[in-house]
Amino acid sequence: MPEDTPIIEIRNLDKFFGAFQALTDVSLTVHIGEKVVICGPSGSGKSTLIRCVNRLEEHSGGHLIVDGIELNDHTRNIRAVRMEVGMVFQQFNLFPHLTVLENLTVGPIRVRKIPKAEAISRARKYLDRVHIPEQADKYPAQLSGGQQQRVAIARSLCMEPRIMLFDEPTSALDPEMINEVLDVMTELAESGMTMICVTHEMGFANKVADKMVFMEDGKIVEIAPPSIFFTKPKNPRCQAFLDQILEH
Amino acid sequence: MNNKLHSIAKRLHWMDGVIVAVLILFFGYIWVQIGDQLNYKWRWGLIPNYMFRYDEERERWVANLLVQGLITTIRVCIYASILAVILGTLLGMARVAKNLTIRMLARTYLEILRNIPPVVVIFIFFFFLSEQLITALNIESWARGIARQENNAVWEFFFGDMRRFPSIISGVIVLALFESAFVGEIVRAGIEAIPRGQQEAARSLGMSWIAEMRYIILPQALRKVLPPLANQFISLIKDSAIISLISVQELTYKAVELVSTTRAIFEAWISVAAMYFVLCFSLSMLFSYLERPGKAAAR
Ligand SMILES: Nc1ncnc2c1ncn2[C@@H]1O[C@H](COP(=O)(O)OP(=O)(O)O)[C@@H](O)[C@H]1O
Ligand SMILES: [Mg+2]
Repeated sequence: MPEDTPIIEIRNLDKFFGAFQALTDVSLTVHIGEKVVICGPSGSGKSTLIRCVNRLEEHSGGHLIVDGIELNDHTRNIRAVRMEVGMVFQQFNLFPHLTVLENLTVGPIRVRKIPKAEAISRARKYLDRVHIPEQADKYPAQLSGGQQQRVAIARSLCMEPRIMLFDEPTSALDPEMINEVLDVMTELAESGMTMICVTHEMGFANKVADKMVFMEDGKIVEIAPPSIFFTKPKNPRCQAFLDQILEH
Repeated sequence: MNNKLHSIAKRLHWMDGVIVAVLILFFGYIWVQIGDQLNYKWRWGLIPNYMFRYDEERERWVANLLVQGLITTIRVCIYASILAVILGTLLGMARVAKNLTIRMLARTYLEILRNIPPVVVIFIFFFFLSEQLITALNIESWARGIARQENNAVWEFFFGDMRRFPSIISGVIVLALFESAFVGEIVRAGIEAIPRGQQEAARSLGMSWIAEMRYIILPQALRKVLPPLANQFISLIKDSAIISLISVQELTYKAVELVSTTRAIFEAWISVAAMYFVLCFSLSMLFSYLERPGKAAAR
């Protein structure tokens, strides 16, 4: 069960793209080991919110404290935070010019500055964890979508982050590959990792989430544990959204 | 083989015959004009001697004017393109930098080069930059020192006669500065062609901007721009004729020299044109052969 130490504190966050407000007064606290699943209609600001957490987007107002470090304009802070926060993208974003093994070692070697041999053994360990030890010497383009996404997860894990962010990690996958990725994520959740997942995989959410978040129009509309979220959400729009998704 | 000839013959039209005939008549007319009206005596026999001559002292064949010039052209072009790729890569990175001042400086450099005639650019670079640099670094006397040494074979291999080293170096610098702007644009296009997700993935691993460029973006971008860079290299060979104006003794310079000593105007220029053509055309064939799918080792 999650300890009561906050590791991510989002307070009154605003985000503007030019004149367009993508996030409005968003507040969310994530404790160590906690799993948060964010859902909501397309364009509701889910990606923007988690991209603020590792500052792929700069927030326009409010406060964001990650692992005790306030995110502001100091580059050192930003890089320190990014080392502790892994991110998995919808489009995998593997480095196509590097082999799987090199994809996994480039961060530890170039950013964490650990010796190459150590980085390689670490990479093999995490390839094992995502169940594709035999693909180490292939290039990303030679793998299936599901395998690529598992490599992407392993690449993040190789930095040994304290927090993992997932932005619709299964949305770009063929249906038959979704489960292999969700299984890896479930195992990761069981290992105690702090996770924020943007996903519409409600089965997965119900199984691992400690906290469900529903967003709409750049605002958090509902925060609840899954037991309540899935059975009697307070917000009618959240209910409508769930009905629509669960129909499929 | 027969089949091939047959199919070529089938594709020819009587118009093709007319076009070829007109061309032959046209060049024949010019040829006759040159011979009759200018009273020009063709002396093609001169040319081979100006490519290679027999050195009585050393008792072997050595390069003469034209081949010397060609070798200098090749040397200058190789060094200039290496330098241009380095400068151009920095420039390309500057063009996409976060810092506005850096971006503006790179842009200014490019626009200046684009909007001034190449000859003027070359003179400006020569007098304002490479001359100053060569004087400041005392390259002149350093090169003379090397020229006097006994075992300077390595230097001579790379730069030819070391007494002419300063001139070659200024040719290289001037040409590289000139071409770097175009290489910079090619590199920028290459960087911008890399999907944004690559940058985001690199950043979320905590990479600095330098590391992101060095390990993720540039390796992919440079691989993408290899074909246009190869073409730019051929352009550079052609552009290199311009540095004859700052007395670098490359092919064009030697041609001028040849014309003034022998007055074989047409033979000299036709030979030089042929030498440039063979060099550039064979490189262009080579590059397109290497670019063929499945040929390149690059993924
Ligand atoms: N870089 C950007 N520039 C301008 N608008 C953006 C940008 N990124 C996202 N947006 C807008 O912000 C809103 C939220 O986007 P996003 O966070 O991607 O939504 P979601 O992930 O929930 O689908 C959308 O309306 C989107 O068009
Ligand atoms: Mg999104």
